[in-house]
Amino acid sequence: MNYQNLSPQLRRSIWPVAGLLVLLLTNVLIAPEFFSIEIKDGRLYGSLIDVLNRAAPVALLAIGMTLVIATGGVDLSVGSVMAIAGAVSAGLIVSGVDSVFLVIGGGLLAGLAAGFVNGFLVGYFGIQPIVATLILMVAGRGVAQLINSGQIVTFHHEGFEFLGVGYLFGLPFPIILVIITFVLVQLLMRRTALGLFVEGVGANASASHYIGINDKLIKLMVYCLSGLCAALAGMIAAADIGGSDANNAGLWLELDAILAVVIGGASLMGGRFSLFLSIIGALIIQALTITIILSGVPPKFNLLIKAAAIIVILLLQSPEFRRQLGRIKQWRRA
Amino acid sequence: MHKKFLPLYVTCSLFALLFAAGAVQFENFGSLRVFMNLFTDNAFLIIAAIGMTFVILSGGIDLSVGSTIALSGVIISVLMQNYGWHPLPAFALVLVLGTLFGASMGAIIHYYQLQPFIVTLAGMFFARGLSSVISEESVPIMHSFYDDVAMFGFELPGGAWLGSSTIIALVVLALAIWLANFTRLGGRVYGLGGDAQSAALMGVPIARTTISVYALSSFMAALAGIVFSFYTFSGYSLAAVGVELDAIAAVVIGGTLLTGGYGYVLGTLFGVLIMGVVQTYISFDGTLSSWWTKIVIGLLLFVFIALQRYLVGRGQKSR
Repeated sequence: MNYQNLSPQLRRSIWPVAGLLVLLLTNVLIAPEFFSIEIKDGRLYGSLIDVLNRAAPVALLAIGMTLVIATGGVDLSVGSVMAIAGAVSAGLIVSGVDSVFLVIGGGLLAGLAAGFVNGFLVGYFGIQPIVATLILMVAGRGVAQLINSGQIVTFHHEGFEFLGVGYLFGLPFPIILVIITFVLVQLLMRRTALGLFVEGVGANASASHYIGINDKLIKLMVYCLSGLCAALAGMIAAADIGGSDANNAGLWLELDAILAVVIGGASLMGGRFSLFLSIIGALIIQALTITIILSGVPPKFNLLIKAAAIIVILLLQSPEFRRQLGRIKQWRRA
Repeated sequence: MHKKFLPLYVTCSLFALLFAAGAVQFENFGSLRVFMNLFTDNAFLIIAAIGMTFVILSGGIDLSVGSTIALSGVIISVLMQNYGWHPLPAFALVLVLGTLFGASMGAIIHYYQLQPFIVTLAGMFFARGLSSVISEESVPIMHSFYDDVAMFGFELPGGAWLGSSTIIALVVLALAIWLANFTRLGGRVYGLGGDAQSAALMGVPIARTTISVYALSSFMAALAGIVFSFYTFSGYSLAAVGVELDAIAAVVIGGTLLTGGYGYVLGTLFGVLIMGVVQTYISFDGTLSSWWTKIVIGLLLFVFIALQRYLVGRGQKSR
């Protein structure tokens, strides 16, 4: 099969998917039991399920981040928004709210509010995205602390904890949540014209404005969606440990989310996006972490390997680097 | 009053106002001693933020500052404790390594046309990862030279102290002001940040300027790491987490335009001092919790960015 003859869509997805497969195969070579999945009491157990489950928060963040990056922006505040949403839910439970819907609704509302602030600053104030979301990244953890007066709140609430540790159809509930979110956002983007608008704004905001797309509203919307996704991820994290820790919840996850989107092949300049590939990106990050653990490399090498991975991926995306590679190939042939 | 200095005036007056508010409210706040402590406690941040000022003036951003501070501290302490180096050659090595690190980030940014924030993000992972590979535990520093440096300083009236870290920070500040406003490189940095294309057409060597700016920022971060180690007497791979954000906040509060091309190094000093005053105020008050610092800094960031938008927007209309 000729690489050049593939449709552009397939060609773009080949690299991330191949990367994930290579990582998974490496894991099998190191630990043969990696692919085995057991069923106990109607629940699936195994390393693969583990990878999916652990990747869930980053995958959720990556869904929101993909849309933000597609408009040519970036959302640095998602880690802090996770902490805020977790703190709000925990605060509601501790103050005696029993209804799961109210607790989850409260968390989502907090995420939506944070996203609205970001989107308003970027869309209507015209502030650079890195800077606008930096404000909430810095202040957000303070706000999260403030919600529960600086305490690490622990709680017990079966309905809410289901978000983090529950099982549905034999799968851990976070995985189900990712699937639901993915399907909903994908439908919203691809079954309506919204996806095209988002890509249009990212490719050229002023041109989109002239053909009648409300570019400000589109930007506001993607940051709101990103806030909602971050809130979901934050509630999963809080439900998982049965408490909210404003200092550590979601710490550095904004970087993982950006990395997932970049691995998925999206350009940071905005334009075309693929939610599916971003989720593959999130899985690659988690699989890489597991590979590092399985191969017996001390975990302290984790960050160094991640840094090397980012640089390689960035370089591969750079046209200039590809040209240089091409020249080397020609030179060897000659 | 010259209009182009307006943000600088706003920053300086805000600092004076905050300091005065503290002095009125608390008995010992309005003293030279508290004022000098702002420098002592934030000397490393002043140095790192000055480096950041050049990057932001050139229209870029450097997220690797905090982890470069940690890395230089770890390298110094390990060289001294495990290999018996004298601090001075260790300092020299760290400064050279820091400069090379920044230069390579700048080269990647320029030659491969990648966004500064993602490249320096990778740099941040790299430096943090490297420091934890070198040593995961905090390495204490025990050397008579360090004691001498920490003890060095001048007694000022009112029990205030002009220590070695403050002196270093002030010297760096003076050199940076000279570099930014009285040298060719400084002019090129402003030009690059103002409009890269026009700058290139006017003969500014874009490659050399970009690389110099990131090299300078990492050099400053390595120097900040040295000063930080005078303060903590140790090197720790998890030290100075998030300092890059404090540095960026200080630069913005100091009145430098985040899109590049406009701002003053002196403003950055006052940006750091304002953050220091907020912290001091909160610790004097005692009832306010420390997380208020973050919220106040976030609010200040917002106010200053809004002010920038307003000024820039007005400038464009009047043109």
